[in-house]
Amino acid sequence: MLKITGLVKRYGGGDAVLKNLDLTIEGESVVSIIGSSGAGKSTLLRCINRLVEPTSGSIELNGIELTRLRGRNLRAARRKIGMVFQGFNLVDRLTVMENVQSGRLGYISTWAAIMRRYPKEDIRRAYELMERVGIAHYANTRADQLSGGERQRVGVVRALMQNPEILLADEPTASLDPKTSEQIMGLLRDLAGELKLPVLINIHNVAEAKEYTDRIVGMRYGRIIFDDKPTSLDQEAMDHIYSGSPHADRSEDLRKAS
Amino acid sequence: MSETPYTWRKPPFIGNPGIRWAVYLGVLAYFLWVGATMPIDWGRVADGFGRAQRIFGGAFPPSFERSGLLIDGFLESLKIAILATAGGVLLSIPISFMAARNVAPLPIYYLGRFVIIVARSFHPVIVAIIFVKAVGFGPFAGVLTLIVYSIGFVAKMLAERIEEIDFGQVEAMRAAGAPFFSTVVYAIFPQIMPRQIGLTIYQLDSNLRASAVVGIVGAGGIGATLANAFGRYDYDFALAITIVIVGVILISEGISGQIRKRIG
Repeated sequence: MLKITGLVKRYGGGDAVLKNLDLTIEGESVVSIIGSSGAGKSTLLRCINRLVEPTSGSIELNGIELTRLRGRNLRAARRKIGMVFQGFNLVDRLTVMENVQSGRLGYISTWAAIMRRYPKEDIRRAYELMERVGIAHYANTRADQLSGGERQRVGVVRALMQNPEILLADEPTASLDPKTSEQIMGLLRDLAGELKLPVLINIHNVAEAKEYTDRIVGMRYGRIIFDDKPTSLDQEAMDHIYSGSPHADRSEDLRKAS
Repeated sequence: MSETPYTWRKPPFIGNPGIRWAVYLGVLAYFLWVGATMPIDWGRVADGFGRAQRIFGGAFPPSFERSGLLIDGFLESLKIAILATAGGVLLSIPISFMAARNVAPLPIYYLGRFVIIVARSFHPVIVAIIFVKAVGFGPFAGVLTLIVYSIGFVAKMLAERIEEIDFGQVEAMRAAGAPFFSTVVYAIFPQIMPRQIGLTIYQLDSNLRASAVVGIVGAGGIGATLANAFGRYDYDFALAITIVIVGVILISEGISGQIRKRIG
């Protein structure tokens, strides 16, 4: 269970990007976060695995408080949080197998990583997962030889290699064409079911959010203003989430403050 | 509205006419003063022509009689260049990581930059003079000199390449809980490897050239052979050495250019 309470993130001395945010993800649900650019979706996801340092508040994953971890403990916690990126973030010059195994870097020694001496069970698991998403025949291919959809499959397998307790996906389909995008969303939903894994997806495509996820969280300017089943997301709610601009919201805040 | 003009002049480089003319006159006056005060002895210039003629006269035809000495000197230069390239590049890798703003914390970054600036600020000949004083005549001084020279160039260029990497790959490793060195090996090395190889080949070529120069001040190799030949007025042997140096540098530049083009 992921439990976020009172999360605030402020860059420099400016306005907070996340304002006292509460969110709980239970069980193995697939949750999508929607909202216009600048609403704080990415920042929220990155606060969870601490690629971004939260300013205050608490994030708890299965009983472990993440916000105060440092060094070794932080790395150990990150192993339990898989992440899929918009730009895939694969290492182009390495093979698909090396990319997939890089999800295990937190578990194996640096020397084993340099020598590419991966544990037998890791290799087996890699082949199983690659087989599952249909990229097993690319094991020895360099990652930059693959198409966008195939690259994101590598990204998903890399994240799953971590044996994560939760999967974060930061706009996993934004760089893909519509058809591939649907395939990847379907894959994330199915894998969540098969591996009993909660998945948190930032997404711009509302139709996909409705079709592939169990719950939709709507964000606007650092706050959650909608949190319900996809069927409850009507036009009014949509307008509320996407109307206005960060700039307008900011001036509204100023008016309230004065 | 006044009449549309027919003429246009480019605005002067210095707007204020007073300053403009002061600068022009100042520059002119400085050159006149330098010309008037530099001790140029035209008699000695004339003598020099005669002496140059004697040197070139003595140099033709080039003598390859003592080719054993020449080859020995050259092999020593090659050893110096290879050792210095290996040592310099190995040291450059950690220094370049220290000097890359996106991976090093600020104090380490300043330390790394400082090392590079010191290595770059002196011409190899000056560094060679210091090392010859420190460790004595011979190829060891040459190796040390060229290691410093290699760090100045390779570490600087590599640090710039590290600053240009796609940081998303580093983030992906961090998100997986990878420790620091595993992250470096998986996310950064593959991105800088082609540049690293290109720089190493270029530096080997460059060190071979520089080893001839630093030899003149006593740091071993073909440069020492050349300096000795001049010292003993063996101008024909000196010309033979010069021809070989030029030939070898042409060949090594051709080869290194080809390799660097291939690995692109």
